[in-house]
Amino acid sequence: MAIDFLYPQYEVVRNYDRCICCRACERQCANEVHFYDPEFQKMDVDESKCVACHRCVSLCPTRALKIVKTNHTFKENANWTGKAISEVYRQAGSGGVLLSSMGNPEPYPIYWDKILINASQVTNPSIDPLREPMETRTFLGKKPGKIERDKDGRLVPNLTPQLALNVPVMFSAMSYGSISYNAHESLARAACALGTYYNTGEGGLHQDFYKYGPHTIVQVASGRFGVHKDYLETGAAIEIKMGQGAKPGIGGHLPGHKVGPDISRTRMIPEGTDAISPAPHHDIYSIEDLRQLVFSLKEATEYKKPVMVKIAAVHNVAAIASGVARSGADIICIDGYRGGTGAAPTRIRDNVGIPIELALAAVDQRLRDEGIRDQVSVVVGGSIRNSADLLKAIALGADACYIATAALLALGCHLCRSCQTGKCNWGIATQRPELVKRLNPDIGSQRLINLVTAWDHELKEMMGGMGINSIEALRGNRLMLRGIGLNDRELAILGIKHAGE
Amino acid sequence: MKRIYVNEKWCLGCHLCEYYCAFANSGKSSMVKALKDHKIAPRIRIEERNNISFAVNCRHCTDPLCVKGCISGALTIVDGAVQIDSDKCVGCYTCILSCPYGALSTSNEGAIQKCELCAKNAFGQPMCVQGCPNKAIVYEER
Amino acid sequence: MNYVIIGNGTAAVGTIEGIRAVDPEGPITVISEEPYHVYGRPLISYMLLGKTTEDKMLQYRPTDFYEKNGVRALLGRKAASIDAAAKTVVLEDGEKIPYDKLCICTGSRPFVPPMAGLDMVEDKTSFMTLDDAKHLDAMLGTEHDKRVLIIGAGLIGLKCAEGIYQRVKELTVIDLAPRILPNVLTEVPASIIQKHIESKGVKFLLEDSVEQFEPHTAHLKSGKTVDFDVLVVAVGVRPNTELAAGAGCEVNRGIVTDARSATTVPDIYAAGDCAISHDITADTDRILAILPNAYMQGETAGHNMAGDPHEFTKAVPMNASGFMGLHMITAGSYEGETYLEQDEDHYKLLITRDNHLVGFIMIGDVDRAGIYTSLIREQTPLDTIDFDLIREKPQLMAFSRAERAKKLGGAH
Repeated sequence: MAIDFLYPQYEVVRNYDRCICCRACERQCANEVHFYDPEFQKMDVDESKCVACHRCVSLCPTRALKIVKTNHTFKENANWTGKAISEVYRQAGSGGVLLSSMGNPEPYPIYWDKILINASQVTNPSIDPLREPMETRTFLGKKPGKIERDKDGRLVPNLTPQLALNVPVMFSAMSYGSISYNAHESLARAACALGTYYNTGEGGLHQDFYKYGPHTIVQVASGRFGVHKDYLETGAAIEIKMGQGAKPGIGGHLPGHKVGPDISRTRMIPEGTDAISPAPHHDIYSIEDLRQLVFSLKEATEYKKPVMVKIAAVHNVAAIASGVARSGADIICIDGYRGGTGAAPTRIRDNVGIPIELALAAVDQRLRDEGIRDQVSVVVGGSIRNSADLLKAIALGADACYIATAALLALGCHLCRSCQTGKCNWGIATQRPELVKRLNPDIGSQRLINLVTAWDHELKEMMGGMGINSIEALRGNRLMLRGIGLNDRELAILGIKHAGE
Repeated sequence: MKRIYVNEKWCLGCHLCEYYCAFANSGKSSMVKALKDHKIAPRIRIEERNNISFAVNCRHCTDPLCVKGCISGALTIVDGAVQIDSDKCVGCYTCILSCPYGALSTSNEGAIQKCELCAKNAFGQPMCVQGCPNKAIVYEER
Repeated sequence: MNYVIIGNGTAAVGTIEGIRAVDPEGPITVISEEPYHVYGRPLISYMLLGKTTEDKMLQYRPTDFYEKNGVRALLGRKAASIDAAAKTVVLEDGEKIPYDKLCICTGSRPFVPPMAGLDMVEDKTSFMTLDDAKHLDAMLGTEHDKRVLIIGAGLIGLKCAEGIYQRVKELTVIDLAPRILPNVLTEVPASIIQKHIESKGVKFLLEDSVEQFEPHTAHLKSGKTVDFDVLVVAVGVRPNTELAAGAGCEVNRGIVTDARSATTVPDIYAAGDCAISHDITADTDRILAILPNAYMQGETAGHNMAGDPHEFTKAVPMNASGFMGLHMITAGSYEGETYLEQDEDHYKLLITRDNHLVGFIMIGDVDRAGIYTSLIREQTPLDTIDFDLIREKPQLMAFSRAERAKKLGGAH
């Protein structure tokens, strides 16, 4: 046997005084880490297979388990870290591209954590959201430049289609294929209950979920999987996916073994074939081409639905957004480099793209400078982790936020970042029926509803403290933000003052 | 009346219901004390095969054949739930012969044991339901 | 409505509970020759074995059972006749009890065949009632020094043997039949149980009978002799049908009843060991002298007496018995195609006929046997379930997903 250069990343620590050998850990681990040794009559492990998803830890009825990072170490080296060395070993062994999933985990700055929120004192009264109205309902879509009246003075309705959000949060695109049927159902049901939207991703819409259409954003991506007239007409809005924060500049790849009968039908591709989304849309090489697609989709749906365009946050994002705004899109979605994915080349995930905070500030400023901010709504995603991130995003200029990683966490995801293996023990990023059933949408949708409802409460609390009683008054209100530990350049891009100013 | 219902669609075959049942009826204060180094004899049992699994326990029938056939009067209906008085039970197994669900089993003491909805133990509400991670077992009115 | 029940066993309890499910008011009178609060007859062997006590036995139904159910219990009073025309029951002491609806639950009595010299045996008993058991208990004493002879290796004889085997010096069981439990088991399983009981020190003399008794010796047809101190006669039972016959009810092997437990005389019902059932596994009318059946017949009678039409059409012969730690469960008829599984400790025989399970015998591992019983009782067509699977062991997995959803997700 060849030498295995890699030492297991995690250790499974079992308290044998507490283990009752119920074998729930063994039954629940799709990675086959745990097994029962009948000879010794105790549980044993193969920790090399452990991805630290904590399914076993969560289900152990006696709390006999924990997963720890191994303290096995290479000789200390600030440059050649253990991770860097292991990746070389891995590639020297496999000859392949390193694959990862979920968002960029590297220690780049997190600007949300360097921005502080204002509160009212003395001269401007704060508002108690429990006693006074507090509006977190918002609308996405083009806003008319002026009010028109006919010759009798009556209003001429010139408002283009809008998306009404009871909370300024939507569930961002995750395809059926990358996540499971039950994960989709959980998102769809939660979106309906919350009065917001979830997004099909590029995998089409399962027949069973057409009933959630009024709370569904249907995506059109470079592979055009599952796109047909009914699909477009079912959604509340259509999103053209140009890019994704986790892997800007490249396409997607759903391996054939995940394309079972249901996914095959939904994506409209043969069973067992790889579903490859090309890096670019082969019919879009310019803003003019994009405009053609935007208007094709509008034409196809009789101008009844807003069209969204999603781009990854990359260099020159402001100029790109300006182009998108002029393409006729009603909503621009920007996905930051922390955004998640079901699978991406590690190097791309960890090195391509820019922080959403900077991208958002730049885009909002540019659209304002060009006087076209009202022509589009701006939705941002790519690691909105809590209601404070959400509030800061809105104050930086967003109309609403997309969440996906947070939503998956609510469903049970433990960010083990092994989606690409298809063995998600939480029934989220898998198509194996025995794993998919682990996510009961009755439980999942309720947890999503709980999360967003909690955020909404917190958002209202913070807005009240600032003396603000509506999303409209918070949006782009950068005076409510201050930077901490940021340099002048960062403050300038973010368009905020430093704390103390 | 509230009953325990099982939906195999959500059963993961984790068997935790069996362990929670055994613990709940052990009289011990912790699961470790109750079950460490014990072979459990739960009143709810999982059937599993080819990725299908589901729990089976007493259905608390409104017209229970086990109660009607009980030779000692140990099985009775109390507030709609079928209960057993293990002191009266002589272990004749007529109930095992009668139950269409196979929901009664023998206990270590020779008497019959069965799900009593945890009404008689310290928990007071079905622990299999509490222990089910996926709502495959629910306790509700239907 | 005025209800009268003659008898005070399980069938009577079923009748009372059946009536009360429909009519909470109408007075019920129970007439019982035995002086005891209702008890489960099959418990007498367990009482001797020490698994229950007289007090607990009398808790087959709670002490306030009669009171709570509005029952006037005439215990220790014997019904002498029924005047169907006048709708009265006449007691031996002359009292006349009028009824609107009557249920005869008179059960059966031990059959004692004529045996030469039986009169000379002083310490002898049948094994049927609580008094029999108390009598036997008294005769055995506490010295473990008695030699006991049981005539009859049927269920009653063997349960008696189980009840006393730890308390005697010697225990011999004689039966005319070539195997034990001749009415319940086929040859092979009978021999398994026989071996087990023999391993506990009980002696069997089969295909043999007593030719002549002396006070402490039985001379057998085979020429053998058995010395004994106590004799138990457990040859069989005869249904108590005389009252019914006197009332004009049709009687053959037992009181003839239909699926509503009604006799051929209006307003007179019959249930339990005195009455005929329709055995669906053999498609014949016969007495099914088993406790669950008595209850079901009684309950059915009760419903109909109280005016709620009710039919019991699922009578199946069945038995659950343990003998000194070895358990046996049987049901149905043994005529048909067989499927056998057997190893050292376990025996399982399934009998199928025309796409139905019609009977089974399980010895040793009897876990979840009721699932088999249910297939027989409900006459489930075997092609609607996975029979290969259920043959392995009783399991709900063998049913369709939809059927399982009904069983486990619906209220019953």
